[in-house]
Amino acid sequence: MKYLDEYRNADAARSLVRAIAARVTRPWNIMEVCGGQTHAIVRFALDEILPDEIRLIHGPGCPVCVTPLETIDRAIALAARPEVILCSFGDMLRVPGSGKDLFTVKSEGGDVRVVYSPIDAVTLARKHPDRQVVFFAIGFETTAPANAMAAVQAARLGLENFSMLVAHVLVPPAIRAVLDVPDCRVQGFLAAGHVCTVMGAAEYRPLAERYRVPIVITGFEPLDILRGVLMCVEQLESGRHEVANAYPRAVRPEGNPAAQRQVAEVFEPTGRKWRGIGEIPASGWRLGPAYARFDAERRFDLGHITAEEPDACRAGDVLQGRLRPCECPSFGVECTPEQPLGALMVSAEGACAAYYRYRRK
Amino acid sequence: MCLGIPGKIVETFQRDQLPMAKVEFGGIIKDICLAYTPEAQPGQYVLVHVGFAINQIDEAEAEEVFRYIEEIEAMGAPGGPEASEAAERGGGGETG
Repeated sequence: MKYLDEYRNADAARSLVRAIAARVTRPWNIMEVCGGQTHAIVRFALDEILPDEIRLIHGPGCPVCVTPLETIDRAIALAARPEVILCSFGDMLRVPGSGKDLFTVKSEGGDVRVVYSPIDAVTLARKHPDRQVVFFAIGFETTAPANAMAAVQAARLGLENFSMLVAHVLVPPAIRAVLDVPDCRVQGFLAAGHVCTVMGAAEYRPLAERYRVPIVITGFEPLDILRGVLMCVEQLESGRHEVANAYPRAVRPEGNPAAQRQVAEVFEPTGRKWRGIGEIPASGWRLGPAYARFDAERRFDLGHITAEEPDACRAGDVLQGRLRPCECPSFGVECTPEQPLGALMVSAEGACAAYYRYRRK
Repeated sequence: MCLGIPGKIVETFQRDQLPMAKVEFGGIIKDICLAYTPEAQPGQYVLVHVGFAINQIDEAEAEEVFRYIEEIEAMGAPGGPEASEAAERGGGGETG
């Protein structure tokens, strides 16, 4: 496919690796923020072809992985209601809640449907006026414009049987949380390319400045990632800490203003709890006043749901780059894709899933 | 989750007041919403995420990394023996 295959060219990758090796003089810890990047790194063994001085640390950029247990339990409670059709992206179905996952609710007779696009959930609500359709709206900034449009369309169409369980999270507060940990070893970041496609580069400049770390906006194919690493290493070696763009075919400095406007109309900032990490202030979006009537947590009385993470799951350490998946005592033993302890083992972007799939020895 | 796939716009149309397009991904055609890339035209490539085009692919910028690689290769392999060894560990191919 054009704009994909050519960025997997092995000779070009070797050229970039040589250029990185030529510049590196000492060890550097670089965090790739997005789980999609983690998967590409592990799948194409980019971490193994890079010079030994470069250590890639896997970041928290997997929305499925960081959606808190309580929110999964709320989705499960909604899906179990007879009047509800719960719509979700496919990744979410196998994520364990406190007692079970959405897939199990479905097998027990709950009406749980996988949608490709949030608009499909709106279409479903039109088709089933006698049912309540709830869309489980998760994601980072990349997904927010699409999820916002679902609310806008539901309002335009006057749908009273559509609502959203919103669990949106944001990348810059997560980077800040990683950097605020006292023993943080991360010296540079590969920022999540598609998040920046929507939001642009501006909000990363104060972070680069304050924490004196280079932040390089990076894509998802092997050449994109190696180019990002190279640009990050060049800055680290010369003592600079700027925001740079290694993914210019998809990211403009200003992002996508039309998408930003729609998101700002529908959502407002809120604090969010991140699974395995804890509460991060102003780290998410919820429906703002103009669209609050589509908030599933207002429409349905779900009672007070609290949940405790299983002790054996070290997801928080993995998400913050303190532990590699294969260093976790549960990895591949009591935690497998068939019997996961946490979301990282079943999400398509989870670091544990990547190691289990490509690196299990 | 933040997966974005580049696809080529085949034709544009309207549905439920939304600008839409048939977009081709390696032979597969899907209906994609163009609300956030209203200027995108048939023949152009857009980056698609959960049924929405979130940007047009900048075709000139898409060549940037290849121009860069040509430049560094033209200057001669900058790495020396360690670099070649590092490259070989991963691919096993020859290292210029």
